[in-house]
Amino acid sequence: MNSISIQAPRAGVLVRRGRRRVGRGLPAALALLPTALVVLVVYVGCMLWTVRLSFTGSTLLPRYDWVGFAQYVRLFANDRFLTSAGNIVIFGILFITGCLILGFLLAVFIDQNVRGEGVLRTIFLYPYAMSFIVTGVAWQWFLNPGLGLQKLMRDTGFPGFTFDWLVNPDMAIYTIVIAGIWHGAGLTMAILLAGLRGVDSDLWKAARVDGVPAWRYYLSVVLPLLRPMVVTATVLLATGVVKLYDLVVAMTLGGPGISTEVPAKFVMDHLFERNNIGLGTAAATIMLIAVVSILAPWVYARYVREEGGRV
Amino acid sequence: MTAVSVRDVSIAFGMLRVFDGLSLDIEEGEFVVLLGPSGCGKSTLLNAIAGLLDVSAGQIWIDGRNVTWDEPKDRGIAMVFQSYALYPRMSVRENMSFGLRMARTPKAEIDRRVTQAADLLQITHLLDRRPDQLSGGQRQRVAIGRALVRDAGVFLFDEPLSNLDAKLRNELRVEIKRLHARLGKATMIYVTHDQVEAMTLADRIVVMKEQKVQQIGSPAEIYGRPSNLFVAGFIGSPQMNFVRGRLEAEGNRLAFAAGRHRLPLDAYAFSDRPEPGREVVLGVRPEHVEPGASGVWPGFTIDIVEPMGADTVVWCSDGTETIQVRTSGTRRVAPGEGLSLGLDAAQVSLFAADTGERL
Amino acid sequence: MRSRSGGSTEPQGRRPRRITAGRIGLYAFLLTAALFFLLPLWIMLVTSLKPMEEIRLGNIVALPAALTFEAWGKAWSSACTGLACDGISVGFWNSVRILVPSVILSIALGAVNGYALSLWRIRGANLLFGILLMGAFIPYQVFLYPLVRIFSAVGVYNSLSCIVIVHAIFGLPTMTLLFRNYYAGIPADLFKAARVDGGGFWTIFLRVILPMSTPMLVVATILQVTGIWNDFILGLTFAGRENLPMTVQLNNIVHSTQGERAYNVDMAATMLAALVPLAVYFVSGRWFVRGIAAGAVKG
Ligand SMILES: Nc1ncnc2c1ncn2[C@@H]1O[C@H](COP(=O)(O)OP(=O)(O)OP(=O)(O)O)[C@@H](O)[C@H]1O
Ligand SMILES: [Mg+2]
Repeated sequence: MNSISIQAPRAGVLVRRGRRRVGRGLPAALALLPTALVVLVVYVGCMLWTVRLSFTGSTLLPRYDWVGFAQYVRLFANDRFLTSAGNIVIFGILFITGCLILGFLLAVFIDQNVRGEGVLRTIFLYPYAMSFIVTGVAWQWFLNPGLGLQKLMRDTGFPGFTFDWLVNPDMAIYTIVIAGIWHGAGLTMAILLAGLRGVDSDLWKAARVDGVPAWRYYLSVVLPLLRPMVVTATVLLATGVVKLYDLVVAMTLGGPGISTEVPAKFVMDHLFERNNIGLGTAAATIMLIAVVSILAPWVYARYVREEGGRV
Repeated sequence: MTAVSVRDVSIAFGMLRVFDGLSLDIEEGEFVVLLGPSGCGKSTLLNAIAGLLDVSAGQIWIDGRNVTWDEPKDRGIAMVFQSYALYPRMSVRENMSFGLRMARTPKAEIDRRVTQAADLLQITHLLDRRPDQLSGGQRQRVAIGRALVRDAGVFLFDEPLSNLDAKLRNELRVEIKRLHARLGKATMIYVTHDQVEAMTLADRIVVMKEQKVQQIGSPAEIYGRPSNLFVAGFIGSPQMNFVRGRLEAEGNRLAFAAGRHRLPLDAYAFSDRPEPGREVVLGVRPEHVEPGASGVWPGFTIDIVEPMGADTVVWCSDGTETIQVRTSGTRRVAPGEGLSLGLDAAQVSLFAADTGERL
Repeated sequence: MRSRSGGSTEPQGRRPRRITAGRIGLYAFLLTAALFFLLPLWIMLVTSLKPMEEIRLGNIVALPAALTFEAWGKAWSSACTGLACDGISVGFWNSVRILVPSVILSIALGAVNGYALSLWRIRGANLLFGILLMGAFIPYQVFLYPLVRIFSAVGVYNSLSCIVIVHAIFGLPTMTLLFRNYYAGIPADLFKAARVDGGGFWTIFLRVILPMSTPMLVVATILQVTGIWNDFILGLTFAGRENLPMTVQLNNIVHSTQGERAYNVDMAATMLAALVPLAVYFVSGRWFVRGIAAGAVKG
């Protein structure tokens, strides 16, 4: 009997200090060593290295002089970069909202006890399994004005039909948005559908008894419940936005002209083709800053705070 | 006047038929409890009455209207769910008024009803909170409040208390009973698998098993004259004692016989006098067994004694039969003591051994 | 009440299934969406089965009038990627050679990391994990150039081992997170019991933890196979001319400037490049969804 009262507080301390992790040992630390090395060398080291290079006048080969913000000044006077930055904003906004809206509609509609639900789900999600290169090539072929959609419509009785966005510098970026949504909407649907399936079915019963119309139910009751899934999907899509490169390469190669250039491509071109390492790393640093400033609040809310809040 | 009438209703989930020609009439102002083990179809029946589930045959009438094809909102019903089903991220006030707003009720009227219901349930101080800021008991009050503002004639409850702890459950049970009394003419249909809730709340209990109604009656009838072995065993704690035996004739009188034990059945009210020789099961509630020195069934020995405070349950056995006896908590008994049991034929139940039906 | 003389209008039984406008709209929307999602695949498929004349004159969505698999053969064995004309088969085998070791290595690392991070107490582990997590979001462009320099200095740049290591490095965050979260769900008591029984770090991992990890191993494999197969930028940068993966080869075929563009060959090559991930997708079914849901935790 006595021993229990003595042990209780000790157990408490153990739980608090050790949290979940129960074992302690050298082998565990050794096992983590490669990862620690990678984190140190690649994730921290290479990042700092890139930032350092952006303050140099490096061209074909790295130089370790110090030119201050000269590369950044040049960067923000560079048409190509400004177009890239503008494009990524346009793409980001349209792609994310497009995927969220289409994904939400698909998820909600699929949740209505429709026939062939499994088939539809498979159809909506399969593009996500394919690479951006495949996606880009397919859409380039479909949207090319000479033999694709435009010709199809003209041949089938709409002789005046014009859809030349792919070769129109003002509109080409939107074809990339379309291809992007085609690729990513299914993912959004899958995430939101998983959320929908977790909604208490009694809620819909209560809403029916209350005479709440279905659309209102989804908007006022379900959507707020899906907020975590919407956030997850948004973050996932947003990381895709920043990485946007393959799709552009496959679909337009940045053209016509420079109308569909994006920052990732700007960096790649300057690092590996145009031999302007200083400018390329400066652009990469800007990308880094953009990503960190967008994601930091979310990572903080999701992991740091949650971690602290756990037992 | 009947408030709810279920007429010859069948319900099927795809190929699976759950109900087949079920009928049930519920009077206005009545408190009816649907009681049965999990999976017996209580929720299914309730959902069909609410219109949340289509019947595949038959009709449902509410308040003199055939509502078989009506939407739930047009049936004049309100419903309370086990999981509360409160709209998250809406305040209590918004939760209670959402349905009324959908029906374009004038604002003043909405306010009046919400205030009144909140008053009745003592949740006025919670009106501006959100569901996740409420305790379980408070949530269920809000859910009841949301049902109240609908001004419905019929209230449907689907296990509203089973997510609450024992103490809250008792509190809210009393509250619901009080509410029913206050509302006067409101009809309530209440689903539970808790026999205490059923016994304490109901005017009438509908006992169900495997999608069949077993017995409909007042709590006293259900408890005193269970219509079959299932009802007899399901209701009552500790359980009714069952003894297998046969009917024997003694002249033109009938007696129950099991081994060396006999019980004359002169005082038993047979619904239909059976012929002697029939295999039967005798059921007797623990509190109807009189332990003493001079009972009709001698030769029992006390096995285990379970003191429960107000009363004591004594398990005794004669080698073949084990019988539970409930005696006063003040009575001193010890294991190993010999007992003979006194039985009153007027208080026992007899069931046919083959069909399980009451004789 | 509402019954009339005939009595047949009395509501009874199942509600009559009115086909509502809403229901029609719902199906119309879903079918349109299905069409939108299927059209590119359909067009790729039919184009790859047509001869060039038919493509130039005919309808892009129409079934091939003269079915021919010639384009597939060409795409596989003789399409030109820049200078060489050996078809996309070269890329296919390169991708396979990259895929197998990369998947195994990255999953092994992720599993060990997840295990060490979730069940063992190591100082600085949280910091390590935090940086790793941030790393998952940072665009590759930030790391690529210095990485190239490092690999050149070590002398493995532009080789198979180089691209495998790179895939393992960039797979670390997701894989580690995946396994860490999974192992965090294992009852700590089980682990304690194994400790009491005298198991060490590796014994417990191999005997107790790994056998319980099958679901996560499947999910991780699906995730990595599709991810690595579909990679373009890393293969382009690190694999070297001899080991270019299929995506890069495909891009080269499509954008190769020699002669007239053979759309049917392009599309056949595209279909070939999509085959592996599509097969994974269709075979794994619900597991695929589970995989991206688990990977989405990272996102
Ligand atoms: N949607 C459904 N599809 C198929 N069968 C169903 C469905 N809903 C219920 N059932 C079946 O109908 C029977 C009755 O279910 P119901 O939910 O009405 O039981 P219940 O008495 O409310 O049980 P509980 O106390 O667990 O809530 C069960 O056998 C169940 O398996
Ligand atoms: Mg139920």
